[in-house]
Amino acid sequence: MAVGAFADRGADLELVGIEKRFPGFTAIENLNLTIPAGSFFALLGPSGCGKTTTLRLVAGLEEPTNGRILIGGTDVTNQKSFQRPVNTVFQSYALFPHMSVLENVAFGLRRRKIGDPVAKAHEALLLVELDHLAHRKPQQLSGGQQQRVALARAIVNRPALLLLDEPLGALDLKLRRQMQLELKTIQEEVGLTFLHVTHDQEEAMTMADTIAVMNKGRIEQMGEPQQLYELPRTAFVANFLGQSNLFTGPVVSTTSTAIAVDVSGQKIVVPLERAHRVSGEVTIGVRPEKLTLHGEAPSDDAGRNLMGPGTVIDVSFSGVSTQYLVAVPGVGTLVVFAQNMAFGPAAHVGAQVWLSWNVDHGFGLDDDPADSPRFEADLDTKTIAQQRRSSLLTELEGA
Amino acid sequence: MAFAAFSSTAAPTTDPVTRRRSPVALFLLLPGILYLVLFFLTPLISLLLTSFQAPREFGDIGQFDYAFRWQNYLEVVTTYWPHIVRSFSYALAATFFALLISYPLAYFIGVKARKWPLLQSLMLVLVIAPFFISFLLRTLAWKQLFSDESFVVQSLKALSLLGPEAHVTGTAFSVIFGLTYNFIPFMTLPLYTTLERLDVRYLEAGSDLYASPFHVFRKVTIPLSMPGIVAGTLLTFIPAAGDYINASRDFLGGTGTQMMGNVIEANFLVLQNFPAAAALSIILMTVILVIVSIYVKRSGTEELL
Repeated sequence: MAVGAFADRGADLELVGIEKRFPGFTAIENLNLTIPAGSFFALLGPSGCGKTTTLRLVAGLEEPTNGRILIGGTDVTNQKSFQRPVNTVFQSYALFPHMSVLENVAFGLRRRKIGDPVAKAHEALLLVELDHLAHRKPQQLSGGQQQRVALARAIVNRPALLLLDEPLGALDLKLRRQMQLELKTIQEEVGLTFLHVTHDQEEAMTMADTIAVMNKGRIEQMGEPQQLYELPRTAFVANFLGQSNLFTGPVVSTTSTAIAVDVSGQKIVVPLERAHRVSGEVTIGVRPEKLTLHGEAPSDDAGRNLMGPGTVIDVSFSGVSTQYLVAVPGVGTLVVFAQNMAFGPAAHVGAQVWLSWNVDHGFGLDDDPADSPRFEADLDTKTIAQQRRSSLLTELEGA
Repeated sequence: MAFAAFSSTAAPTTDPVTRRRSPVALFLLLPGILYLVLFFLTPLISLLLTSFQAPREFGDIGQFDYAFRWQNYLEVVTTYWPHIVRSFSYALAATFFALLISYPLAYFIGVKARKWPLLQSLMLVLVIAPFFISFLLRTLAWKQLFSDESFVVQSLKALSLLGPEAHVTGTAFSVIFGLTYNFIPFMTLPLYTTLERLDVRYLEAGSDLYASPFHVFRKVTIPLSMPGIVAGTLLTFIPAAGDYINASRDFLGGTGTQMMGNVIEANFLVLQNFPAAAALSIILMTVILVIVSIYVKRSGTEELL
């Protein structure tokens, strides 16, 4: 690392065959990842999926069991954390309690012997609009302010790579939205490479150019937020990134453009280019907001899949939209999000409804349905929501 | 930037806590106040009065009258200034060495051994274990170990590391050694309690901000463990400055190593020059008080305590 000079631009990060084993368990297995310079990359996954370990490996706070880490083409695997051109915004902020806000921000500059650290620290504090509190101690600031100091302390060093470890976790919703926009703006302004670790799928989708969804130490799928959302590759991605209605059944016919799947006697068509598996038992799905509710059986339409009749078992109003739970005999419970275009719900609990969706909105997963039990059993959205809730609670308790 | 939009969430102004006088609190404090008046304030006043006493005219040895003989102070300082200087330099040296030995030990127990709670408890027990034996006995044991015919001294002489006429007991080395040894637990325990709470995430943050392990230690670990350092050094320095066991001729000291404690003891019990002993005690207390208050003020640990 060059002493006395800033990195002039973001650097790309390359992880080659990274493996990290702790006594008793493997946190990361064979991770290969390239993050291009100047991009905003999010590692998304539930607690314990290995995302924070990945971040700590990049920061140099942990050593990989196997594999190499390259930053801007330089192998940094054997460099200590203080030698790497990387800065971290820690989840706990880790602001030094014995130093003023200003000294916290100037810390890295002083260590790197960069000229005029105090002026540069003031500049960074102006960027996060906290310069008027420069002489306070961190514990005299609110959580949101501390978070901004932590951000200023990291970006003032203009690292080639900035690591963000769930830095917005402790903020309330409104402040979090605000900070998400600010972070994105700063990233675009200074052109650094951001690696953001989070379990908040909405945060990842709003901020990142590229998202890698991580589960059990492996990357399940990587791509642009929209691509991940519209065409998930695995059931885990389909359920972790938003909600999905998933069905399994055998492929009954294949044409040059689509496959047809038999789901409990109902024929569901999925376009061929949106299906990862085209024969045998497959899992297909559709996003809840793509579904349309019908009060009476709609006429057959080649461009739409039809399912029903089913019974509405729950209606919950959430402002912009209303969520319906529809029990379809033989298939299970489906979730429907309907925009509140008119006053009042479109269907009441107990009503008989039919569901339809555009054939082009369906997707076929890569998972082998035989590998895992039917998705309602353990990986439906509710379970994942509960898991995330409980993990969030333990995290809050631990904080 | 739009931070101004939520600047109303700025940190709350720290209002001074409004103190209310409660009769219950005073009542609960009463036993403590009575205790202090009876066993601290009264002896202190008595000591102060004694220190100004004058010898009784035509009186016997050890007979004094209340007076305002401030020359007592001048006399003890001119007579015993080497002992005063020696007391504080020995205490300072012992504090320094105790800190040097205790810090790595406390750091290991409090930080490195966190992963193994059993080892942590075992090591703590080992630090406290010497308290199970009277420190007089332990100091006597060291006297045996350092005596001229002991294995240690004989071996050192055989290796020509010590001259044939050299002694270990009765030297400044053995007194400072004894003080250091006896006060190590008092240094280690407060250091341990601070280091045990040390959040290693601050160290990681320091390392992430380009600080080498040495700089992390100097800029983060030491300042954060300052409360323990201050408590440990005070718990060592104050009793060490007034110690009269280690420097005593019956233990590790000799004629040339007498400290204030020994002089006070001699004046009170042997020479029966009570005013001199009282004046020395007052001087000892005052000097310690001044040094300690400057030290606490300078170390700036108010916010971390």
